[in-house]
Order: sequence, then C-alpha cells, then structure tokens
Amino acid sequence: MTALGGLLAPLRHAFMVRALIASVLVGGLCSVVGAFVVLRSMAFLGDAIAHSVLPGIATGMLVAGRGDRRSLFWWALGTSILVALGIGWVSRRGRIREQTAIGIVFAGTFALGIALLSRVRGFAIDLVHVLFGNVLGVSSGDLILIAAFGAGVLLLVALFYKELLVVSFDRTHAATLRLPVSVYESLTLILVAVTVVVSLQVVGLALTLALLVAPPTTALLFVRRVPRVMGVGAAIGAASGIAGLYLSYYLDVASGAAIVLVAIAFFLLALLATSYRKTARRRSRA
Amino acid sequence: MRRSRAERPVAHDPLAPALEARDLSVSYGGRVALRDVTFALEAGRRLAVVGPNGAGKSTLLRVAAGLLSAASGTLLVHGHAPREHVCVAYVPQRSDVDWRFPLCVADVVLMGRTGRLGPLRRPGRADRQLARAAMERVGLDSLAARQIGELSGGEQQKMFIARALAQEAEIVLLDEPLAGLDVPATTDVLALLGTLERATLVVALHDLAVAAASFDLVLLVRQRMIRFGRPADAFEPDALEEAYGSSVPMARTADGRLVVPDDDCVKEDR
Repeated sequence: MTALGGLLAPLRHAFMVRALIASVLVGGLCSVVGAFVVLRSMAFLGDAIAHSVLPGIATGMLVAGRGDRRSLFWWALGTSILVALGIGWVSRRGRIREQTAIGIVFAGTFALGIALLSRVRGFAIDLVHVLFGNVLGVSSGDLILIAAFGAGVLLLVALFYKELLVVSFDRTHAATLRLPVSVYESLTLILVAVTVVVSLQVVGLALTLALLVAPPTTALLFVRRVPRVMGVGAAIGAASGIAGLYLSYYLDVASGAAIVLVAIAFFLLALLATSYRKTARRRSRA
Repeated sequence: MRRSRAERPVAHDPLAPALEARDLSVSYGGRVALRDVTFALEAGRRLAVVGPNGAGKSTLLRVAAGLLSAASGTLLVHGHAPREHVCVAYVPQRSDVDWRFPLCVADVVLMGRTGRLGPLRRPGRADRQLARAAMERVGLDSLAARQIGELSGGEQQKMFIARALAQEAEIVLLDEPLAGLDVPATTDVLALLGTLERATLVVALHDLAVAAASFDLVLLVRQRMIRFGRPADAFEPDALEEAYGSSVPMARTADGRLVVPDDDCVKEDR
C-alpha cells in the first residue's frame, strides 16, 4: 500500500470522515480556549469543570434514557456551566483556598456522577464513552452541534478578546479600568465549560484537559504573542486530531487516547527542540 | 456590578481636591488595616505614603483605586467615589505580575485604552498613537516589540507608567515602584515621575530619604495616620518613633540633621 493509499483508505468510511472533521474542530477549539487556561494557570480548574459534567450526563440518562444523545448534550452543557459558575463563586468568597475548593467540587461532582450512573443499566460502556470519548460514533447531527457551539465560543473570544486578555493578565488593572471583572472571569469559565462539553465525544471528559493544555503550551515554546499562541496552538491541536485518528485506525488503539498522546508527543518534541536550540546558542556564544 | 460607562466618565468636581480622605478606616481580611486617615491632596501634587511593612500603605492605594471599600469615613477622588472614575491608574508591585505572559511592551501599554474603548470595540489608530506617545514619553519606544519578561526592573516600571499615560490617568497610584531597583534605575524612575507634572501622584514607599527628597508631601502611617504634611514637618523624631517604634536608632548630628539608619536611609530634619 502506498503512503497516499494509506492516508486515503480510512476515508472510505463515512464515520472516519465525520470523526476527522470532529477531531480537527475540537482540536482547534480546545487550543484557543486552552490558551486562557494555560495563561491563567487554571489547569486544575479546567479539569474540575470537565469532570463535573458527569452528574449532568448521568441525570440525562436517567431522565431521558441512554439513547437520547441530543438531550444528554444539553444536560451536560447545563451542568458544566452551573458548576463553572459555582466554582467561580466559591473561589471569590476567599474563605477556603481556591485549589481546595476546586478539589472538593471536583471529587464531589464526580462521585455524584458515578453514583447516578450506577443506577443506569449498561453503566460500564456508557462510562467508558463519557470518560474517554467515542469519536467514531460521531453523527452528522453531533457534527453540527460541535461546529455551532465551537463557532459560538470562538465568536465570544473574538468579541471580548481585549477584555478577556486584560482580566487574565492583570485583574487589578482591569478593575481600575472599571471593567466588570467577575463577569469576564465567569465568561472565561463558561467558555471552558462549553468547550469541554463540545469535546466530550472526541476525547472524553477525562482527557479533555490534555487538549486544552498541551497545544497552547507547545505553541508558547515557539511564539510569544497571545494571538499567535492561539493560532499555532489551534494548528497543533487540529494536527493532533488528524494524526491521532490515523494512529488509532492503523494501530487499533482508543482514538481519544491516541489524539492526546500525539498532542503530548508534539509537546515533548518541541521541548527537546527548544532546549537543544538554547544549549546550542549558549555554546556558540561561549 | 458598579461600573461607570467608559464613554461618560463622571465629571470632576472642580472645587474638590484630587484626593480627599475624611476619617477613613479600612478593614481587610476581618481586621482593621488602616484608621483615622484624614488628608486632602490638590491636583498635581506628589504624595509619598511611608511606614513600616504592613502599615497599610497598599491598603490606602487600593481604596483610592476603587478596589477596596472604606469600612467607615470617606475617600473621594475629585469629589466622587473612586469607582466612578476611569482616570485613576494603579501600578502594581512588580512581584505581583506574571512576567512570563506572552505580551510585548506595546500590548501592555495599549491595554490602558481598554476602559475608554468599551466592549466590542477594537483599538483604533488614535488609541495606537496615544500608546506610542506614552511609550516615547517614558523612553520605551525602541522597546515596543520587546517581550515583557525580557525587560529590566526599571523598564518594567516605566512600561506600567506608560500604560497609565495611555489610560489618560489624572491620578497615578504606584505601589512600591522602587522596590528591587538598583540605584541607576531608581534615579531613572524618579526622574520620570518628576516629568509627570499634570498627574497627581500617590506613591507607596519604604525609603524615607527618597520620600523627603522627591515628594511635596508625605503621609506617615502605621495602621493609622501618624502625620501628613511636608516631609520637613512630618518627619519629626516623635512621629518616626511612633511609626517605626523605639527600636529604630535615631541620632541627631551636630548640624541638626536627624539620622535614621533604617533601610539605609538618611533624612533631614530641622
């Protein structure tokens, strides 16, 4: 089989084409929103929001039934936004350390999700799909949802870019500019929450964090302006999606894990390349 | 959310001082951080707020910036509550800033325009020109594209002053702007502050000598106001002892100079 043939072969399957489109969209979206997650050092918060989706999905399954994927999406979306706002509210109170508060919400919502899910028949398979994604099962309807909500998130980032940036870099300065800081901070959390839900089918909630964090961090090694971090990050995220899917097709490994492993591999390679470049520069200077 | 519309900043009361505190008390984290502060500062004056660590210097600045509320008493900026103004700039301590953030100097200075622009509007040519003029004024125009993490301490401070200028600030609050700077950088930043004639400056400092040499007025605090006035009047032995405690060794030299070997600063007194 030629290399081109190897690339084209999976595209004979309609589900692979849909999976590829979904992976590219999610890879790109995660990296743009992930730039804020990385720059504000809120990886743990992002992970907590991702895991808090579980009770929403479990409730959706109990209420609407396992098969009704559309209503599961809305349940997940509602819960994640609620939890994002809740975590933001708790961390602003300042009575408990933020990381501790996040940990409690994280563990609590996740346990609640497992408990609810254990009441659903066929619980193990559902849990695996929710945790690790099921990109090969993406339907055309799912693709439309992913594209629509992804576009919505990107539009909000574009519209409020300068405010989100000021609040991320220096919230004190943002407050003296009389920006509604807590509104923009909540908006950031909601954008993360929506992104997590949109990514659910592709990588699953346990692995979304990797797609949020790895591509922008890789981009940060090469470019030093926020818009470029988002752009290069999105390219890396999309490329991870494509390469991961091909890997999963030919090596027969779980697709979500393959996508994440490729994204992490990009990061490690970039880290090696930049540290090699740095030592080489230091040597040539000496 | 209390917020003044950026397009309609509150009109300044022309008869009111730039900054006026009346019996101001502030609580912070459940305890009184500062009390009994009363002073008035006319526009264009430069005030140094001095006192030992934890004396409430930053607290006072944060109230003036509209970031903290008074527990009792009032603090007015041009006759109105600080939160109603966009003309108050706050320059943070350098240690409070994430210097790894992927921004260049021009990006940060342009951020000063955000409040005046309002949401959904992008900075236009006029905003960029204001930002460029601000960078020229502080002498950073050649470093506009420089990564913020690659700046020296003095350059970092100048960048924030340029951001305040881009904000068209009339009151600039600086929290320990000289902390961690070497002598040339300190001289540089002080000289720059001296050129901001139209702005009212309030600067938290721990160096009494700098306060006495470079500022019109000083406010000596230690969880409460101890003295407000010209440095020569405010820095009396009693007041300094009240602020720093009797553990601070002070000595009067033959020509009437009062020597305070604290934080290696020496000040003059008649």
